[in-house]
Amino acid sequence: MLAEMGIETLEPLLADIPARLRLRRLNLADGLSEAETMARVRQLAGRNSAFEDRLTFRGGGVYRRFIPAAVPAVTSKSEFYTAYTPYQPEASQGWLQATFEFQTMIAELTAMDVSNASLYDGATAVAEAAAMAVVQTGRDRVLVAGYLHPEYLEVLTTYARGRKFHVLQKLPRAGVVDPDELGEPLDQTVAAVIFQQPNFLGLVEDAQALTEAAHQAGALAVACVDPVNLALLQPPGEYGADIAVGEGQQLGLTPSYGGPHLGFIACRSELVRRLPGRLVGESQDARGRRGFVLTLQAREQHIRRDKATSNICTNHALCALAATVYLSYMGPDGLRDVAQTSLTRSHHLERRLAGLRGFRPAFPEAAFVNEFPVRVEGGEGLLARLQEVGILGGLPVGRWFPELEGVLVFCCTELNDAAAIETLVEACNG
Amino acid sequence: MTEPLSFEKSRESLPGPRLPAAGLPGVDPAQVIPRARLRRNRPHLPRLSEPEVMRHFTRLAAMNYSISKNFYPLGSCTMKYNPVTNEVAASLPGFAYLHPYQPEETVQGALELMWDLERALCEIVGVDRMCLQPAAGAHGEWTGLRMIQAFHEDRGEDRSEVIVPDSAHGTNPASAALCGFKVVEVRSDAGGRVSLPDLESKLSPRTAALMLTNPNTLGLFEKEILEVADLVHSVGAKLYYDGANLNALMGICRPGDMGFDVVHLNLHKTFTTPHGGGGPGAGPVGVMKDLEQFLPRPTLERENGHFKLDFERPRSIGRVRSFYGNFGMLVRALTYILAMGADGLSQASEDAVLSANYLRTRLEGALEFPHDGPCKHEFVASARNLTAQGIHATDLAKGLLERGFYAPTIYFPLIVPEAVMVEPTETESKATLDAFTEAVLEIVQLAQTDPERLQAEPTSLPVGRLDEVAAARHPVLRWRPPAQD
Repeated sequence: MLAEMGIETLEPLLADIPARLRLRRLNLADGLSEAETMARVRQLAGRNSAFEDRLTFRGGGVYRRFIPAAVPAVTSKSEFYTAYTPYQPEASQGWLQATFEFQTMIAELTAMDVSNASLYDGATAVAEAAAMAVVQTGRDRVLVAGYLHPEYLEVLTTYARGRKFHVLQKLPRAGVVDPDELGEPLDQTVAAVIFQQPNFLGLVEDAQALTEAAHQAGALAVACVDPVNLALLQPPGEYGADIAVGEGQQLGLTPSYGGPHLGFIACRSELVRRLPGRLVGESQDARGRRGFVLTLQAREQHIRRDKATSNICTNHALCALAATVYLSYMGPDGLRDVAQTSLTRSHHLERRLAGLRGFRPAFPEAAFVNEFPVRVEGGEGLLARLQEVGILGGLPVGRWFPELEGVLVFCCTELNDAAAIETLVEACNG
Repeated sequence: MTEPLSFEKSRESLPGPRLPAAGLPGVDPAQVIPRARLRRNRPHLPRLSEPEVMRHFTRLAAMNYSISKNFYPLGSCTMKYNPVTNEVAASLPGFAYLHPYQPEETVQGALELMWDLERALCEIVGVDRMCLQPAAGAHGEWTGLRMIQAFHEDRGEDRSEVIVPDSAHGTNPASAALCGFKVVEVRSDAGGRVSLPDLESKLSPRTAALMLTNPNTLGLFEKEILEVADLVHSVGAKLYYDGANLNALMGICRPGDMGFDVVHLNLHKTFTTPHGGGGPGAGPVGVMKDLEQFLPRPTLERENGHFKLDFERPRSIGRVRSFYGNFGMLVRALTYILAMGADGLSQASEDAVLSANYLRTRLEGALEFPHDGPCKHEFVASARNLTAQGIHATDLAKGLLERGFYAPTIYFPLIVPEAVMVEPTETESKATLDAFTEAVLEIVQLAQTDPERLQAEPTSLPVGRLDEVAAARHPVLRWRPPAQD
């Protein structure tokens, strides 16, 4: 190759780099064989202890759920995972069609008009939705109503500082928001009312009333929803939300210490040109064959540069594919079964725990689906005891909310079988 | 050959899959949740058997071009081979099944991995600290700019402008604008580098930062980078490194030594984590000491051989993502760095430069080259010489698809008309580069002899050229059930 270029070494190709910048050598070890590399990586993995799925009673935004073998079988196809953003549609129909199916599934689950192709995670999805509302309404404050995931709130606050809007939060007394409580902070300067359904504690909000309160003030309603529980709960489109966002990790993705997961965002069709990120649309070729393309790109950074709706370029396509395969496998009945079983088990666990000394439901009046807050005497000591017998107990939420010191949020999914629940109850009783 | 949508294949009579039964007396949702808050109608999801699911996605996979199939010369995207070892590593149960809210003592291996990766990346780019939280390059850009903004605010300085070159990636101005900065453009000179006189005229006490890619998006090394750094620093501004093109420089020179204050990396480019059809990636961002206090929280610290997450960072710009970033991608990147080592990483960059210059030499005469070489890891040609025959960069791209290659990046950077941006990477053989050259030469020949045939390509793929204008004018963004009320 060098000969073809008429040179003898690589040096002439690097001659434009100032000599004083040239590095002798990186201060890193030399390379390893595959066997040695994997030995080191396995050593690191071995220094972690993952809890058994059936003994994990902790959620807080990341859940152990059953992942059908079909999901990794598809996402590990190198035709999918070694491709990039489908800039050339004729050679990327597989990706484009799968994404179109994903957009449809999210729109169906949320009962919204349109969904984008994915965002990074639930937290950045909330932040992007807030930014959309700020631009749409020309107002510069967003109101977080109730217990939004604290890390979503943190990310929203970080984004808000950069994008020059303000975040207010109204925490309720009774675990869920009483829409009448919103009164004072919800005025004509608020661009969006943002709430989570079920909220971070697992409790079911009156989403309809919150949406109406937002609309009365001329603000948009942004619902942060759980895609599995949408099989049971009223979807945002039905109560009139303007934007629905959420975290899709539960749809076929491993916890992986927090990522990569899947953010989603869906909206009413009037807002589609304000959506961040990729969108796939249907088209056809000269022979009338249906095909799919990236579309409405005039919103995006590579076309609009500093006028773009968002800076997002790389998103979480492969995670969206996992969700698409998961939902194709489950179908409407399977998804409902998953949600129903989780609900049954959680309610059973809640009743069992409520019967133990030192345990009482934190907000007994509030409804929940598959996560619930319990006030526990000596909670930290309990968690350590549970850990000794291999159980990851409820999430202590006092570190974020001082008023909830001593509250653990327990979670059940379809993987916490009845025997595992008994094991937990016995350990709690010990 | 096209494939129906999964929804169109749905069989309404098909029962759902067998899932774990509750094993407990069932609880009726209507008994525990107010009826008004329950869903009335099931969502329209497809009802398919597992074999139907597998066949559907296997067919879609077959309609998709990928690196595992052949050469993917997409400029600026660094489409190099993704080692399968990385995938095995990330799926080890000791990584894949960790809950982000597990007690710290049960995740010491994960934290050690992140620590090792942070140290290695700091060494490779020459910065003091690195935050692994950002999920993608643009996310890292925004995070870096926010830190620069916080730095200036902390000193009581009101700096409202960010300068970007006219050749910059679109994410640069977008990230700056979403940080509330006014974007000021600096021109490239005839040689394709930042024009120093123009830069001098744009720098002022209002300048917060200059964002630069080096090698730049034309694939050229900014030879005067030390002068650029001095100029930027002389007005109190910071120099931002867009790491999209780091693949040219590993072990050869380092952004930190050039005078960059903030550096973001794309692990899905330089460090072989797969692009996944458009993510997930990871966009760690590194800083010099004076910006360290503004890093997103938590940071990772080591005390007496124990790793811990430090949330007590009062000057932090805050979180930019939930949890600790795209951990699964961090596992893949460290696996790659361990396998390559110091010697392998510099070899990779040298080979990337060699590949690009070789391919550039082979294509001279077939296409125009608006800027002199040598290039680094990529080059930008122009298809302007074909326009007299009515052939454009798009036609060249579609012709390459027809001949079994993916297309280069086209119409970017914006300063080159009919731009054709080619990045061959170090993982392609001479034979592949020669085959690609032959395909380009054949297309250029065809442009002279039979341009109409070229304009009708591709003809051998699942679909021909799609009507993108109509798709944007009347957007159809989802399937709808045929008889929806």
